[in-house]
Amino acid sequence: MLDARTLQQLTDIVGAENIATGAQDLICYGYDATQMEFLPDAVVHPDSPEQVSRILQLANKENFPVFPRGAGSGFTGGALPKGGGVVLVTTRMNRILRIDTDNLVAEVEPGVVTETFQMAVEKLGLFYPPDPASLKFSTLGGNVAECAGGPRAVKYGVTKDFVMGLEVVLPTGAIIRTGGETVKGVVGYDLTKLLCGSEGTLGIITKIIFKLLPYPDSKKTMLTVFDSIDGAARAVSTIIKNKIIPTTLEFMDHATLTCVERRFNLGMPESARAVLLIEVDGDRDLIEKQAGQIHKLIEPLGLVQFRVAKDAAESEELWRVRRLVSPSLRDVNPDKFNEDIVVPRSKVPDVIRRIEVIQKRYDIPIVNFGHAGDGNIHVNIMIDKSVPGQIEKAHEAIKEVFQAALDLGGTMSGEHGVGLAKQPYIPLELNAEQIAAMKAIKAALDPNNVLNPGKMLP
Amino acid sequence: MTKKHTDPLERVAQEMKKCVKCGACRANCPAFSTFQREPATARGKVALAQHLMKGDITLDDGTYSAMSKCLLCGSCVDKCPNQVPTDEIVIAAREALAQRRGLTTFHKAVGQVIKNRKLMNFGALAAAVLGPVFFRKVPSTSGLRLRFPMPFIGGSRHIPQIAKKPFMKRHPEIIKGEPGKPTIVFFVGCMTNFVYTEIGEATLALFRHLGCTVIIPQGQQCCGLPGMSGGDLETVRGLAEQNLAAIEKHQADYVMTACATCGGALHKLYPLVVGKRNPELKARLQAVADKTVDAAVLLQKLGLHPEETGTGQRMRVTYHDPCHHRTAGIAKQPRTLLQETPGLELVEMEGADRCCGLGGTFNVYHYESSLDINAGKSKAIIDTGADAVVTGCPGCIMQLSDGLKQAGDKTRVLHTVELLARKIRR
Repeated sequence: MLDARTLQQLTDIVGAENIATGAQDLICYGYDATQMEFLPDAVVHPDSPEQVSRILQLANKENFPVFPRGAGSGFTGGALPKGGGVVLVTTRMNRILRIDTDNLVAEVEPGVVTETFQMAVEKLGLFYPPDPASLKFSTLGGNVAECAGGPRAVKYGVTKDFVMGLEVVLPTGAIIRTGGETVKGVVGYDLTKLLCGSEGTLGIITKIIFKLLPYPDSKKTMLTVFDSIDGAARAVSTIIKNKIIPTTLEFMDHATLTCVERRFNLGMPESARAVLLIEVDGDRDLIEKQAGQIHKLIEPLGLVQFRVAKDAAESEELWRVRRLVSPSLRDVNPDKFNEDIVVPRSKVPDVIRRIEVIQKRYDIPIVNFGHAGDGNIHVNIMIDKSVPGQIEKAHEAIKEVFQAALDLGGTMSGEHGVGLAKQPYIPLELNAEQIAAMKAIKAALDPNNVLNPGKMLP
Repeated sequence: MTKKHTDPLERVAQEMKKCVKCGACRANCPAFSTFQREPATARGKVALAQHLMKGDITLDDGTYSAMSKCLLCGSCVDKCPNQVPTDEIVIAAREALAQRRGLTTFHKAVGQVIKNRKLMNFGALAAAVLGPVFFRKVPSTSGLRLRFPMPFIGGSRHIPQIAKKPFMKRHPEIIKGEPGKPTIVFFVGCMTNFVYTEIGEATLALFRHLGCTVIIPQGQQCCGLPGMSGGDLETVRGLAEQNLAAIEKHQADYVMTACATCGGALHKLYPLVVGKRNPELKARLQAVADKTVDAAVLLQKLGLHPEETGTGQRMRVTYHDPCHHRTAGIAKQPRTLLQETPGLELVEMEGADRCCGLGGTFNVYHYESSLDINAGKSKAIIDTGADAVVTGCPGCIMQLSDGLKQAGDKTRVLHTVELLARKIRR
């Protein structure tokens, strides 16, 4: 609990209209997409790095935890105030500071919504590719802190691949710059990469310098339907093996298709067992050629339908299948655990087979879809929490799914992070020495453990 | 059965569970876009409603204020991955708050007025709420009182002129058409009856042109939507029953309205919130709901040829989608009619389906925010360079006119039927 004097000091820093302690605000800043809830003691909305710094200095002096938060759309609880304390919301810092068309870089504040930024650079013929599913509402600060991915990662990579430099308020309140805006730079440790994906445990990001690309000339969307899950999984590795890197390679398994079909009646062929949504972008002639090559390569793998969008409207129609997945899943069971394992791309068929075995052993529906092109599969374990024993069963199944990914040379999480949700499973992937090294970094930067305590590391 | 009120939130308990707090509603909520605080989002309101149902939240001004920050525009429902009906949840939460805490003075006044047809003389209450502009012209029975509660709004709002003679007083109850042609009940609505009577005249002219028999039931009341804004569901239920009785008195093929808001009440709200404990009543309301149709949609269905009836004047127009149309899937029909009208060039504005910011009582409690939302709308309209913005809801017409006047712009604001009927009304 915060005493009245501390609350007054916080009020002095951000102003009375930017601090809230009413029950309504505490409830509304106590959740995120994990469906967990923890009530903070206060919510503050600072507007500058200086205010953030003063809040953190006060936290060290008065010993209260601070939980940075963007849009609160995370899947693992990174922004949740477990144990109480102060939620620090970054969304007032939402200015695009500059878009430099000479050097193809942009500088933004952390509260800018991802899509807003994309639209701003696209107006200038530039391109910021990371496209997490939440891009219409998630913030860039949150994207960097969680190292968000998205479908286009197959070709372009994830958020950290576009971050060149940061301004960060360290847990003690010091304001530092990391990296810069040059393509090369090797002076000192690469703190930029360290902070990307640090889930708000090492610093609060107050400015971001992004690398930009020229906007691709054109793109082509293909919807391909297979008569076996194995065929689709092999199609992924076949395309990559033949040195074609699509922009996106989205995968949906039979369970996913059944859900979508039942609810939306899209007229999929009877024999459909898996779907790949493939997109290529770049020079017009090149993508025509690539589309042809892809068709030829995947034809022998049990292809039962191959549709190419003629224009943007048709492309949107093909994407609709993918977008309808989320609302359809509830028909299987009311609750889901949404995991995002990654395996090397060539191992996608293997991991799918392993998950089928796990599904049968535990007798709970597991629905798989996601970014197969980069080996990132969204494994949705569908349960009904009101049925006794289901939650425990789900946790056991999740553990085996993680183990399968790790056995195949992969990782437990590609883009959702650890936060609170995956914390118990960390020892499956990291050994004691790795964890100790990470804890040493945390202790060095945050000696009083005030910034997002209790997250990520066990 | 106990006499205790059943909690209106129980009605939506299962629906609330569908909300996974993903945050998608942050991208689409006009209220959030102006307040920029989480309690204004759909998921925030769902979370608060859940706590309210559990009883572990105090019923202070904060809860009331959070629930008031909703235009009931339905944008969040359209874009929600799990299709959580937050509009229904907010309606239930407002009702629950009203039951637990009582209505606010303002909403009590609204309820008194919209449900009492006999209150024809202006009492002190009406004078206090209405102010001098309407003192003489608007009967205290009208839901309009909610649209212009003078003490509650800033002095800057532009208020439309009130008609000298209400629309319904100018016409008989039954206007016979040609034999074999459809019979249509015209649900007029307060805005058309008292303020924008031209909309009523144009609508009537168009259906008469098609040979329809038009019935204007004299017993019809305010649709009650303004009451719902404040959680006064009892008043809504009373009005629903009165309107039902007035409509059922006549044999008709359709129940038609030229007001998107009234249409929303008849089509969706009544069966939803009225007669939950009375299946027979619910079935009757549903029967009316099934027959309810928007004027433009019906005109198209009955084969209106706008080249015979509509304006010949060269005009560039843009179309604004009322929220109650968007949520009912009405968008193409009015546009098609306008495109078929000689002389009209239809240009799309940016965000045509975004809420204008009126939102029942929202614009009363949050006039500044309502203006803020409206300013974005005005800019989109002005950017098209259109001579007129056209829409299908008198509420939107009032709000859009206000916004454009605040912006110092002269773009005209018209109802679809006004353009469609211009030739036959000359």
